[in-house]
Amino acid sequence: MSSIEEPFAEGASLAHRLDPRGKIVVASLFAVLMAVSKSYVATLAGLALALIWLALARLPVKKVAIRLVVVNSFIFFLWIVLPLTYPGDAVYHVGPLAVTRQGLLFTGLITLKSNAIIIGLIALVTTVPIVTLGQAMHDLRLPDKLCHLLLFTYRYLYVIEQEYRRLVQAMKIRGFQPRTNLHTYRSYANLAALLLVRSFDRADRVFQAMLCRGFHGVFYSLRSFTWQRRDGIFLTASLLTLTVLLFLEWQYPILL
Amino acid sequence: MSEPLIELHDITFAYPGAPRPVFQDFHYQLLPGEHIGLIGPNGSGKTTLLFLIMGLLRPQAGSITIFGQEVKKDQDFVEVRQKVGLLFQNADDQLFCPTVLEDVAFGPLNLGKTPDEAGGIARETLARLGLHGFEDRVTYKLSGGEKKLVSLATVLAMQPQLLLLDEPTAGLDETTKHRLVHILKDLAIAYMIVSHEHDFLNHTVGHCCHVHGDCCQPSPIPGGGKS
Repeated sequence: MSSIEEPFAEGASLAHRLDPRGKIVVASLFAVLMAVSKSYVATLAGLALALIWLALARLPVKKVAIRLVVVNSFIFFLWIVLPLTYPGDAVYHVGPLAVTRQGLLFTGLITLKSNAIIIGLIALVTTVPIVTLGQAMHDLRLPDKLCHLLLFTYRYLYVIEQEYRRLVQAMKIRGFQPRTNLHTYRSYANLAALLLVRSFDRADRVFQAMLCRGFHGVFYSLRSFTWQRRDGIFLTASLLTLTVLLFLEWQYPILL
Repeated sequence: MSEPLIELHDITFAYPGAPRPVFQDFHYQLLPGEHIGLIGPNGSGKTTLLFLIMGLLRPQAGSITIFGQEVKKDQDFVEVRQKVGLLFQNADDQLFCPTVLEDVAFGPLNLGKTPDEAGGIARETLARLGLHGFEDRVTYKLSGGEKKLVSLATVLAMQPQLLLLDEPTAGLDETTKHRLVHILKDLAIAYMIVSHEHDFLNHTVGHCCHVHGDCCQPSPIPGGGKS
């Protein structure tokens, strides 16, 4: 048994060795830019940039592909719905419904954006261990609550999952079999409620244990990051490229 | 007679909604250098007593004096917690940092040590408990016994003058229990152990107290010969 897997966090590639703070800044800007982009040219350029980062990270191709399949399986549903429902010029008729040109273009854009963002995040953010990520976020002066939430979720998700498994086992050994009836719903509701109560209690005890060790609201870190020349180069190059993307966005808006 | 480390005077404490108070006009004294076992049935208030000392619970009446100072306010207990270490029953509650070294260094860092000093103290404490090479281990992937010993390291790294242990042997195998006995024997500080294991108490404490609603009655170690 293991906790949340971080299959991409370990590695010695250039993308792994970069300062996590720089990577977070670049990844966030990139994600926002891609998310609001309305231009095919800018989105395609963004996708290319993300692929370059991915190449720098030298991650196992198969695992990355599996993640992309998961994301794109959600996007698949958009392909079923959006082209048929988006108002615009019909290019093809399916019974009473019409596939619109604008719908197709729009769905295509969403597909490209999503993949660009996911690939970018895989290359830049999943190559940082969660713990380091929390510390880097703290160093970037992001709200403490956010950093603590991330770190504690990471630490205790596994414990809560184990608690969940224990409860499910306790139900099973007493002959519980899920069916479509009120008893099943009620049992699941109890399970969910108990899990919540237990998590709450645990949070209480963890906090008490922290108080006992002198916690007063501030986390100190053993690790400090050192900003190196390659980080400066990475940040500058990335910011320049993002500016170019912004320019492309402005020059080549989507034609719906 | 030397000044008691801990003095609880006329303490009354009830959990909200409970029909009876856990403690009513409760008295207790711990003297320097004492090694005490707290015994009593489930629900008799052993853990509650430890939590009252640490200020995690507050009595409805009575006074608590620790190291000669009466403690009342939050700020008073902040100082208490720097000198008194509490080992929780469940190690998963105590270990919350991802790696062992970070967790052991958490206390020293809170006490204002620099990262270098804190790291040094943490390594030293781990070494003292025979936990060489554990520094970069991930806390939730440790075994139950290892978790317990690392928890103890996190508490000892704060260099407490008094140690409170809440059922330290629960769920431990014999080997780890033996290690714990040796570690406790080597400590030069006073400690109180809540435990149901007579054999373990026999090896670690001078005498036992039976926790009641109003006092801690001195009691021989059940089934033991060392009292």
